Amino acid sequence: MASSRWKMVSQRDAYAETLVALGAERKDVVVLSADLSSSVRTSVFADHFPERHFNIGIAEQNMMGIAAGLAASGKTVFASTFAIFGTGRVYDQVRQSIAYPRMKVNIVVTHAGITVGGDGATHQMIEDIALMRGLPNMTVIVPVDAYETKKAIRAAVSYDGPTYIRLGRSEVPLVTQENDPFEIGKAATMVDGKDVTLVGTGIMVAKCIEASDELRKHGVEARVINMSTIKPLDVKTLVKAARETGGVVTAEEHSVSVGMGSAVALALGENVHVPMRRVGIEDTFGESGESEELMEKYGLTVESIVDAAHDVLRRKGR
Amino acid sequence: MVYTEQLIEQLRERARTVRVRIIEMIFTAKSGHPGGSLSATDIMAALYFHVMKHKPDDPKWEDRDRFVLSKGHAAPALYACLAEAGYFPVEELKTFRKLGSMLQGHPDMRKTPGVEASTGSEGQGLSMGVGMALAAKLDRKLTTTYVLLGDGECDCGQIWEAAMSASFFKLDNLVAIVDRNKLQLDGPTEQIMSIEPLIDKWKAFGWHALEIDGHDFKEILGAFENASQTKGRSTVIIAHTLKGKGVSFMEGAVAFHGKAPNKEQHAQAMKELGVGADGK
Ligand SMILES: Cc1ncc(C[n+]2csc(CCOP(=O)(O)OP(=O)(O)O)c2C)c(N)n1
Repeated sequence: MASSRWKMVSQRDAYAETLVALGAERKDVVVLSADLSSSVRTSVFADHFPERHFNIGIAEQNMMGIAAGLAASGKTVFASTFAIFGTGRVYDQVRQSIAYPRMKVNIVVTHAGITVGGDGATHQMIEDIALMRGLPNMTVIVPVDAYETKKAIRAAVSYDGPTYIRLGRSEVPLVTQENDPFEIGKAATMVDGKDVTLVGTGIMVAKCIEASDELRKHGVEARVINMSTIKPLDVKTLVKAARETGGVVTAEEHSVSVGMGSAVALALGENVHVPMRRVGIEDTFGESGESEELMEKYGLTVESIVDAAHDVLRRKGR
Repeated sequence: MVYTEQLIEQLRERARTVRVRIIEMIFTAKSGHPGGSLSATDIMAALYFHVMKHKPDDPKWEDRDRFVLSKGHAAPALYACLAEAGYFPVEELKTFRKLGSMLQGHPDMRKTPGVEASTGSEGQGLSMGVGMALAAKLDRKLTTTYVLLGDGECDCGQIWEAAMSASFFKLDNLVAIVDRNKLQLDGPTEQIMSIEPLIDKWKAFGWHALEIDGHDFKEILGAFENASQTKGRSTVIIAHTLKGKGVSFMEGAVAFHGKAPNKEQHAQAMKELGVGADGK
């Protein structure tokens, strides 16, 4: 996925490990799967706590309703499937039964984005951030790596309300340290810089860091922000960075018209006027291919970020 | 109806070729779903090489019968049948799941000639079949729509919404086949989410329901014949099959739901299907 500088670690395994730890710590944790427990790794929890894992079969809408019922009865619920089946397919169930009554259901999905690869467009979810961030009461988190996955899962358990946590299929670059703090709604500055701000989410954070290295070669000091909570958005950190650097580029493995970048654009638009560019998948469905090839074809590259940064820098000068 | 040994032998040979192609495609792509492709092969071979009226050189022929692969992950079986039938060159199969290919991981009706519906998210094909059968009634066409379902797929509520509407609209031009291989992704259907008593459920929804051995061509052809003579209601054929049928180590193996064979397994599979490692 990325250049060899990164250690690649599975977020799915980090999720499973954290679930098992939580299962031992808390008796109220219940986990639901929808015939994908082996893929999303909730099967590991099932091995440890078979009485607190329910496989609902290929019936995601039913799963979300059951999750709501369990939560209404005091359970802390995790419902897991692929991003495609945990959002679009169940949107109304999530809206009516989970978000509206503010149920403590954590929807943790894997296989988000285009890096799903060979399965193709039907399985490549690139609109989920839009669907979930549009829901009142919903918290939307895209953990950047395995460490942050563990912290986000724990934060979700202590948080009173529904969460949507978006994980990938493949192993992803480890860009944070084990002891880095994590708080829902707080963006982290990964690289300091004064000339332009690169705001990344998910696997694009590593690409932003690589882009900042590239830009440094041209004398540009880019600040890199890891926007792992998409909602609530850390507007304060964003506005500060925009003011201090005078230009913003966002990057995400998601449809660019409705994702993190558009949330950032809206927030900035009402607060500070700086040139901006968004890197992401244009308004189109994906297709089958190798993850790397798809990232290239759909413009999710270091070069796209560098080009966008240069464009922003040019417009800054005007 | 009596079926000649010659016809049965021809279908068997077609099915064998389709199985070879399935293994080749998934091996070359290094991903895909062999188990549910192999279990459905005989049913699909019967449809494409005997039962359905269709014109591979005119994929949009108005009077054609429709086939909807609701369990879209069995795309390799569909592509192999379409290529064998002549919709596109067999060579194309090598591009399965590759960037720019007309053969997507799951069926795409806009990319592949002969594919009637874009599927892959389970549970949606029967509704599309109801729509096609309704359109045929509106247009007074004597076409039949066939929809292949997975047994795990029968977990989906939408299947039963579609079943209810098909019988409400008296769609005797709609035939559903359940590939009853008794496995879904996480394990045996009866351990993950039981769907039994399956035939009673379909009957309760107003369907004419049959049960057959989904690897016995005489029974397969007989069931389609029976369906074609049934008036006033839709027919469902519960076809008892073996997931991974034809490749010993894939038969009944949950592990081969969505996993490609490695080099040795590929060679072994080819041998069992009666071909050399060169695919001939
Ligand atoms: C709505 C939906 N949920 C989950 C999946 C992931 N998935 C792909 S195949 C499969 C199991 C299918 O079982 P079955 O329908 O019995 O097919 P077969 O065993 O014949 O391959 C699952 C859960 C999906 N494609 N669609």
